[in-house]
Amino acid sequence: MSPEHWTRPSRPDDRDRLADTAVPAATSATPTREQVIAGLRATSEGGADLVQLLTPEGQRVSHPDFDIDITDEQLRGMYRDMVLVRRADREGNALQRQGQLGIWVPLLGQEAAQIGAGRAMRPQDMAFPSYREHGVAWCRGIDPTELLGIFRGTDHGSWDPNETGMSLYTIVIGNQCVNATGYAMGQKFDGKVGNSGDDPASNEATMVFFGDGATSQGDVHEGMVWASVYDAPVVFFCQNNQWAISEPTERQSRVPLYERAKGYGFPGIRVDGNDVLASLAVSQWAMNEARQGNGPLLIEAFTYRMDAHTTSDDATRYRLDDELEAWKLKDPIERLRAHLLREEIADQEFFDGVDSEADELAARFREFCVNMPEPPPERMFSAVYAEESPVVAAQREDYLNYLAGFADSGHDTEGSVR
Amino acid sequence: MAQLKNFPLPDVGEGLTEAEILNWRIGPGDAVELNQIIVEIETAKASVELPSPYAGKISELLAEPGQTVEVGTPILTIEPAGAAGDEPEPDKPAEQGEPSEQGGKIGEEGADGRIATLVGYGPRSTSAKRRPRKGNATAGQRGSGSGGSNGSAGQRPAANGTPVATGAGTNSAGTNGTVLNGSASAVSTPSASRQAESAAGGTDVAAGGGVAAGGGVPLAKPPVRKLAKDLGVELRSLHGSGSGGVITRQDVERAAAGDVTAAAPEGSAVGTRPARDGAEREQRVPIKGVRKATAQAMVDSAFTAPHVTEFLTIDVTPMMEFRERLKKHPDFRDVKVTPLAIASKAMCLAAKRTPDVNASWDGEAGEIVYKDYVHLGVAAATDRGLVVPKVRDADGMSLRELAVALEELTSTAREGRTSPEAMTNGTITITNVGVFGVDTGTPILNPGESAILAFGAIREMPWVVDGQVVPRQVCQLALSFDHRVVDGQQGSRFLADVGAILSDPGMALTF
Repeated sequence: MSPEHWTRPSRPDDRDRLADTAVPAATSATPTREQVIAGLRATSEGGADLVQLLTPEGQRVSHPDFDIDITDEQLRGMYRDMVLVRRADREGNALQRQGQLGIWVPLLGQEAAQIGAGRAMRPQDMAFPSYREHGVAWCRGIDPTELLGIFRGTDHGSWDPNETGMSLYTIVIGNQCVNATGYAMGQKFDGKVGNSGDDPASNEATMVFFGDGATSQGDVHEGMVWASVYDAPVVFFCQNNQWAISEPTERQSRVPLYERAKGYGFPGIRVDGNDVLASLAVSQWAMNEARQGNGPLLIEAFTYRMDAHTTSDDATRYRLDDELEAWKLKDPIERLRAHLLREEIADQEFFDGVDSEADELAARFREFCVNMPEPPPERMFSAVYAEESPVVAAQREDYLNYLAGFADSGHDTEGSVR
Repeated sequence: MAQLKNFPLPDVGEGLTEAEILNWRIGPGDAVELNQIIVEIETAKASVELPSPYAGKISELLAEPGQTVEVGTPILTIEPAGAAGDEPEPDKPAEQGEPSEQGGKIGEEGADGRIATLVGYGPRSTSAKRRPRKGNATAGQRGSGSGGSNGSAGQRPAANGTPVATGAGTNSAGTNGTVLNGSASAVSTPSASRQAESAAGGTDVAAGGGVAAGGGVPLAKPPVRKLAKDLGVELRSLHGSGSGGVITRQDVERAAAGDVTAAAPEGSAVGTRPARDGAEREQRVPIKGVRKATAQAMVDSAFTAPHVTEFLTIDVTPMMEFRERLKKHPDFRDVKVTPLAIASKAMCLAAKRTPDVNASWDGEAGEIVYKDYVHLGVAAATDRGLVVPKVRDADGMSLRELAVALEELTSTAREGRTSPEAMTNGTITITNVGVFGVDTGTPILNPGESAILAFGAIREMPWVVDGQVVPRQVCQLALSFDHRVVDGQQGSRFLADVGAILSDPGMALTF
């Protein structure tokens, strides 16, 4: 029995698939033993509708709707992407544990979902991340060191969203969905969607990233409603990593998340989020649909957060190790590596090269982190608005005057050394 | 040889202050790689493995497994691999000194005893220091009172009379630290040295009998600052009487009323204490006897038992009517049945149903002691202070017996004749704050007990009965309980039960 049948009330077309229709829905007071087992399985099996192109063993499988032509070069490139992003992520975790960062948000396990989605975007597209999208940032050409400021508390984000096509990290859960929908509506109003004439390649779309927990937020709902009724060219990319901090997906929804799209009136699709090929294929399809004016769309990338929610969280307090062990067998990098080896697309030299490149990146990441310059105080007032606001300018002057009023020079006192 | 590096315990979880060392994965002399797991720690939030910040050789472990360590305290020293400078140098250039210079370096103890951490999360070992501001150290002002009273201004001659701003500005640097430690040697605490320093920062030794807070901002809370501004009182002219020298509302009001004496500065560089004038307006009473015992008991209780207080407002009109009827009853002819007696009876009944409130926490034995008796403590205000005599086996008493016992108990207490035995071994307490005309309070548990009920004043209040607002006799109950023993459910049930009996004495039949 697949987990969907456990979590949703049975429907007529379920009958043939449901072996035991007598099992009550989980909404009944006490789940049966079978329901508990099915519930555990729900966090490790994506169900019948899961789009997969690469099995956990690295075997390429075909899919009737979402097959993909991909060169060996691209495959190797995505392997490299994932390894480098994971290495930077692990270094970020270590730096937090060494007192160099206030907090770090690990992406471990979600590399395939993010690299697949990120590589499906074109330069003119716009990405709206939450705060775990280190892989998407990588694909948008943002150097991993640029992620460090917000986690060290020196900056709110240093890259230029216009230049990179990626908004700054959003800490408020789900809030970026509203922003993304608004941006996508703007793309449509600007006539950058559905052009078939001179230059169809110039069409734009927006992709917004959020988690399973965010789907319970009002902002996500609002974003989806607006996107739907305005046919906004936005792809909602939900990384269902099974845990919203300590709350399982079971506590977010009684239907699989991708089925929620139906209620808003746009397509929803569930993809194996640990399969970078499937993630890329589905994302490319969805972004093309959006660029052509057939948006919005929802992608649920079924994946797993292999580390804690953040460095402040202890995942062992609420989930079982065997769940993690089960997901380790589906590791996104291992499966692509197995595929590359199996098909002889890459040799040991390639893997060694990527590994040493990763070590170099980690060293550079670390060095940047520990030597990160402290921004000048006026930095916090800059870029609040697109144009200078008299109110913010007055606040900046006040603050600078205040700082200038100290008898000591300010930068060598303990309070400001960071 | 490469310089030894400290690894200060990081804050691994947004604002944690300490962690327990669970176990070391390495020992002195072991070679470690960068990011190799070296220790497992447990914080209030999580068990966390810490990776080594350097590749190198472990020199020394500075904490034992089981030891709780403050964030920012070095837990090991390590000899980084390669020559110093090969490694990415995580140390912030907080100073311009030699690399070998100690103090002020990240991860090492600064001159002020504080460990600098890389993200500034290390706890301060002393209270916060205020940075001096420009233009405050004009002639006529001198060091802050407390700093001056330590005589540091005299020890640190600023002969030219200029503000020694550099000293305060680079206090974390080793060179200055030496001087500061020198000046601090006359006093015992680091905080004194800080104050001494801030005093020195703004001292003009040539100045006459000026006033406080040279170089620093006078300490006062924003509403007090506003008040001072409104009343035209110069904060710098005041000496704060609050803790840590904070200027209180009273200080400002006194100053505004022209009370110059109270506003006189306490400290001066010559070490006299002119604030003694203020003492004439104060009376100093030795802390002893009941006051001392009460203070100790309250502090013990407040800092050992996690208190939870719940409130309940009830209509006690039926109880008051019941009391009127009892007055006319022959059996109660010569007894004064107070609302307190009825409340006490209600507590005994309710405690039967919720024995947790009558239990006690035995931390040493690791047990919770449930009792099949109720020794009801009654908090009584006496001339000597608060005493809490007990009614032994109150649960076995009838209402009449209880009323008599209470009457005796309180009169004995008021006469100061309560024997020490009568004040021990209580199991639960009631305090009748209502006799002072007070509605309610958050009572502090009698040490060793798990619940205390505050019985508020009974007043005529508007009350809704059957959709109509009518005048009723209303009173408030407040129950504090020890959350180690009693959970919200039990505490709430007990409070609701007492309330139910008081608002309908007939409910007593159901217990």
